[in-house]
Amino acid sequence: MKLTVNGTDHEVDVEEDMPLLWVLRDALGYTGVKYGCGVAQCGACTVHIDGEAVKSCQISAMDVESPVTTIEGLGTPDALHSVQEAWIEHQVAQCGYCQSGQIMAAAAFLAVTPNPSDGDIDEAMSSNLCRCGTYPRIRAAVKTAATKLNGA
Amino acid sequence: MTHRPAVPHDAAPLHVSGAARYVDDIPTPTGTLHLAFGTSPVACGILNGMSLEKVRASDGVVAVLEACDLPFDADCSPSNHDEPLLAKDRVHYVGQPVFLVVATSHHLARHAARQADFDITEHPAILTIGQALAADSRFEDGPRVYQRGDAGSSLKHATHTVHGTLHMGGQEHFYLEGQAALALPSEDGDMLVHSSTQHPTEIQHKVAHALGKPMNAVRVETRRMGGGFGGKESQGNALAIACAIAARQTGKPCKMRYDRDDDMIITGKRHDFRIEYRCGFDTAGRISALDVVHYTRCGWAQDLSLPVADRAMLHADNAYFLPNVRIESHRLKTNMQSATAFRGFGGPQGVLGMERIIDHIAHHLCMDPLSVRKNNYYATPEQGAQTTPYGQVVEDSIIADLTDTLVSTSEYVKRRTAVVDWNAQNEVIKRGIALTPVKFGISFTLTHLNQAGALVHVYQDGSIHLNHGGTEMGQGLFQKVAQVAALRFGVPLDMIKITATDTAKVPNTSATAASSGSDLNGMAVKVACDTIRDRIAAHLADLHNCPVRDVQFANGIVTLPEHQLSFAKAAQSAYEARISLSATGFYKTPDIQWDRIKGHGRPFFYFAYGAAITEVAIDTLTGENRILRTDILHDAGASLNPALDIGQIEGGYVQGAGWLTTEELVWDDAGNLRTHAPSTYKIPACSDRPDIFNVALWDGENKADTIYKSKAVGEPPFMLGLSAFFALSDAVAACGPAYPDLNAPATAEHVLAAIKRARNV
Repeated sequence: MKLTVNGTDHEVDVEEDMPLLWVLRDALGYTGVKYGCGVAQCGACTVHIDGEAVKSCQISAMDVESPVTTIEGLGTPDALHSVQEAWIEHQVAQCGYCQSGQIMAAAAFLAVTPNPSDGDIDEAMSSNLCRCGTYPRIRAAVKTAATKLNGA
Repeated sequence: MTHRPAVPHDAAPLHVSGAARYVDDIPTPTGTLHLAFGTSPVACGILNGMSLEKVRASDGVVAVLEACDLPFDADCSPSNHDEPLLAKDRVHYVGQPVFLVVATSHHLARHAARQADFDITEHPAILTIGQALAADSRFEDGPRVYQRGDAGSSLKHATHTVHGTLHMGGQEHFYLEGQAALALPSEDGDMLVHSSTQHPTEIQHKVAHALGKPMNAVRVETRRMGGGFGGKESQGNALAIACAIAARQTGKPCKMRYDRDDDMIITGKRHDFRIEYRCGFDTAGRISALDVVHYTRCGWAQDLSLPVADRAMLHADNAYFLPNVRIESHRLKTNMQSATAFRGFGGPQGVLGMERIIDHIAHHLCMDPLSVRKNNYYATPEQGAQTTPYGQVVEDSIIADLTDTLVSTSEYVKRRTAVVDWNAQNEVIKRGIALTPVKFGISFTLTHLNQAGALVHVYQDGSIHLNHGGTEMGQGLFQKVAQVAALRFGVPLDMIKITATDTAKVPNTSATAASSGSDLNGMAVKVACDTIRDRIAAHLADLHNCPVRDVQFANGIVTLPEHQLSFAKAAQSAYEARISLSATGFYKTPDIQWDRIKGHGRPFFYFAYGAAITEVAIDTLTGENRILRTDILHDAGASLNPALDIGQIEGGYVQGAGWLTTEELVWDDAGNLRTHAPSTYKIPACSDRPDIFNVALWDGENKADTIYKSKAVGEPPFMLGLSAFFALSDAVAACGPAYPDLNAPATAEHVLAAIKRARNV
């Protein structure tokens, strides 16, 4: 099957019902996308499909018809996305494992909600779990990222 | 202060771009095999046999191993040699590994592992505290007892008494990165193991034992964990051992990671406790006598249960002086996952018991619980230091001052009045507010673990390579230790390379646990850096004919009375003069000694303090509840890195409040864990953290001689979450005249039940 990831077209030979997460990680090597629970309840595997945040563990690769963006495609250590910059400024990450999913969720959310309230942020980010409890900083970073994106 | 920069986590740019590698992200050679355990479907029984034909015939299966196929004694226990990798003859809990599947993919291994037919003669399982006590099923020969004075007779003479029982649940670690290991076979039977572990040396030790090899044949590397929280102190042993055995057998690299439900079903969790208490006190709530009994379900194997239960006893006083006290602790053996280390290591359970007693006293006397707390706080050293029930002098108590400061900054008094007013006017939504303190002992109670090593190289271009025995799980240890190295050499942080923890570089390390990571490893790194720095200084002093003490290292420059050169040039000069630029460092915590049988001594080098005030609201019709506001003042000594430390405090609070509110573990009558996914086990989400959340660091140095006078910060803030629980108790108490007897976790159901008790209905 064909899959476009971070602007690159791939031809992948996997079972059709293989979740997108495992195609990205195991077949294509996008290991920034994480496995957390496998039942779309923790958000560690969040990617963008056509700009929308999707939990990649619960969608079959064959059902993906639009381009996929992973954390690797959002920005790189040398050219960070505004959300990633805000994440560093607020020192959000502790263990870091859930953070690529958090950042993807935040980026998709801010694209449609440029001026979020605290309640908006809570609602949008509550399906991405962080066991280190970085939530106060996630909220602060989302706000900073909104300012950056609006100013850009 | 130069050593207190708020520099971000060293891996921050990697974390935010998905480039930080965890074990499952390490590129593996072609042909790497994948492992899964077949697990016991019953909680207790005789394993007569298994039919594994369907497993062996399943797609992609390369090998299937049973206990009888293991070449050497493969044991996973960190303590008592009572955890065979694969069950033999008997099974002890639902989820116990019984056979091992080696297959070409993770998915195929897991699929095959479900195809077994077991022949097991079931026996009645011991699941509850009552069943364990009736069967005298326990670790150690009887309960441990620590005591001082005469609690029994003091209780008889007390003006007032209360008694009660508190049930508190355990807690699933729910590290977002599950357990994982990768073993790569090397020549001559040697093994390289990548493990998501807090304790690389123990992985090395257990893998070597299972391979019939000395420890020098096994190298373990840990770059980072996606969360540990104590859950990776011993629970990764099984995966690493399995990978190494399979790699030896097949000659191929072998990887194993648990899916979330396997992880929750197989691995141990925080110990749950039942605490029974009888307490005597005067009209001011001053405690004269306390008799407290801890019962804890340890699960099927000993693991770390003895030191966990010990630490619960050692924190049965929390921040309060108890003149006459008796603490009895029962460590019960049950047919469940073997309960294990979890942030606080029994401390939170002991503290929760004590805080419950204070809350009960206050209710009995119709006093603000804060007044009862203050009336029982340990004296300051100036007032005349008091001793703990186990005989340690509390030389550093700041809890009274810290509490007063927090009460003032949070406007507690005004807000408590507002809460009372609100409750007088509102029938359905009730509010509650509570302050709880923390005093947490810092050091491993097993004294010999309080040691650490470091290895530092300075290369001839002045770049520095740093290694130590601690592991990174998000707490920012690597960055803190690198700050120490940068300061000792007087160089910018970017000249320090932080590298993976590696048993071949620093041997015989202790687990990164007990909050001790930066205390121990920071000191060891300081020693190693100073050794090299002193050699460079002596060389330059000799070269330029000046006293050694006049050679100064700062801002990347080495300054002598009449010369100045870059640190890189200094390193180059030393290299050319044939000076060794590599050194080890070693540190052991001074002044501690502890007899865990007598329950007497100085187990802790010092105490860390903190306090939190939480305000909540409950819906009395449904029991639903929310945290409205939290204020925290926490003592990290002279913080090595305030940004990292405040992160630990925020996260610790959230995790502690989660333990006591939404996180409920449920086993059915057959011993099956029914809450083994985030769909049934609720950890805090973004919307669960306090809407208003003020966190500050106490301004003061550690009185003990620690690295730059800082204090350990990993575990103590977890107990700040108790303030949420007691705020809920306060809100429930506003519903009726009786004491609510709230149990933990305070789920909506438990809050509703407590409201009924308060109303005497």
